[in-house]
Amino acid sequence: MSSGGNADIYHEMIVDYSRNPANFGKIEDPDVTFHDSNPLCGDSIDIDMNISDNTVSDIKFHGKGCAICMACSSVLTEITKGKSLEDVRAVGKDDILGELGLEHLQAVRIKCALLSLKVFKSALYTYLGRHMQDSGSSADPAAADAATSSEEIDRLKEEVAGLY
Amino acid sequence: MIDAIGDYYRTYNANTHRAVYALAEEATEAYEAVRDKVAKFVNVKDRQEIIFVRGTTEAINLVAYAWGRGHVKPGDIIVTTEYEHHSNIVPWQLVAEERGAVLEYVRIDDNGELILDDLDRLLGTGRVRLVAFSLMSNVLGTITDADAIISKCKAADVPTLVDGAQAVPHMPVDIASLGCDFFAFSGHKMLGPTGIGILWASKRMLGEMVPFHGGGDMIREVHKYESTWNDLPYKFEAGTPNIADVIGLGAAIDYLERIGMKNVRSHEVLLTKYALEKLSAVPDLKIYGPKDASRRGGVISFNFQSVHPHDVAYIIDEAGVALRSGHHCAQVLMEKLDVAATSRASFYLYNTTSEIDALVESLDAVAQKFAVRGKKEEDGAVK
Repeated sequence: MSSGGNADIYHEMIVDYSRNPANFGKIEDPDVTFHDSNPLCGDSIDIDMNISDNTVSDIKFHGKGCAICMACSSVLTEITKGKSLEDVRAVGKDDILGELGLEHLQAVRIKCALLSLKVFKSALYTYLGRHMQDSGSSADPAAADAATSSEEIDRLKEEVAGLY
Repeated sequence: MIDAIGDYYRTYNANTHRAVYALAEEATEAYEAVRDKVAKFVNVKDRQEIIFVRGTTEAINLVAYAWGRGHVKPGDIIVTTEYEHHSNIVPWQLVAEERGAVLEYVRIDDNGELILDDLDRLLGTGRVRLVAFSLMSNVLGTITDADAIISKCKAADVPTLVDGAQAVPHMPVDIASLGCDFFAFSGHKMLGPTGIGILWASKRMLGEMVPFHGGGDMIREVHKYESTWNDLPYKFEAGTPNIADVIGLGAAIDYLERIGMKNVRSHEVLLTKYALEKLSAVPDLKIYGPKDASRRGGVISFNFQSVHPHDVAYIIDEAGVALRSGHHCAQVLMEKLDVAATSRASFYLYNTTSEIDALVESLDAVAQKFAVRGKKEEDGAVK
């Protein structure tokens, strides 16, 4: 890091993503949707997902946020789209921050960067929890394949709570 | 102010209104002298009507609890405005919910001023129990036409509560001539310490109110199963008061009195006028609130159409400019303006026009960094 000043984090990639975010928008009638916000700065993100064959077949986000929030949300959707549920469960904060060179982001901005990851993981456990219930009654082959246990859902919830 | 607080702790640290030794006497005198200073500063005739609390938030909650719960009836309307701080919204939501009343808002127009027709309409229902409003918006800077509101409310026999947290530090305030029923403000916004604020209410109102906190100092006699209350203002000052910060507030008032609140105000009008002019030349910058510096205080909220205020504040912090970004505890207003947050520059008596130049210069740099061109199709993502 040459100087490590505040303005340094606003490199071209961040500015580009904030102006033209990837996968920005809504999905009509999504399989799962989740919303959360950061009460202090007012950043507010919704993530819609469609899941088929245990894969994130489509993901979009919308809401309001700063450049850091927009860039990280874009990267999150890019690295999770098309991936298996097993793979996306393993996506962590370093994957997002590393992609944008934000490993040394100061504590005051970390919430901006990780809000969308928090929303994503929350959407994921909402989906998994729902399917676990469904698989008890209806015969949904996808849900059976997901091999989800309530321990795994609890682990995801814990992960969300410990993000920042 | 800091010396006054240190002096208290070092040389006459004792509780008030209790012991008879000399130090306690000195502490009580210093504490009570500030009550007189406050009364004079905001033109209140009767010192017994000045209640020391933790801040504006506690003052409004005190009224909501000690007056609201006893006076607001099911079906009543409590009126507030769209530019209130959360501290003048949430206590009323709590009262409304508990009492089965309704909370209604006086809306703001595009200039950031209250639409008083809304108030007329609401008063016309005959169900309004209280009108609570800020004398100066902490986001838009708008100075409320308090005379118009209070005279309408008086005509309808409806009490008024004025949130003076933003106004008292920045302009001369005369509670007697305002004619409201409750008035709240804070020490920390007027060069005083945190954790100290004032509620003023007329003796008549205070007499109708139940105590807020029970405990020491607020009682006359305590028996096993019932108690009687101390005289005003002590009925509302339970427990050991915040003596040090009251004394600190006294020093802040002395300082402001020496400068003169008229001078504070005219300096801020000058700065605000200068800043409004300079800021309006920054590309793609939207400025909220009245454009006329004589109708507003020295807080200016603004947004780039396509750069989030959080990013703006973070970048210009490097240039040494401290700019607040966020919802300013006014989410109802943010919703109205259809933004998540704004940037806000606040001026006080110690600011200069060259500091405004530094602000504008660094905003220009932000505009350049984000290559702000104000294109409409790019507005979707960032508001």
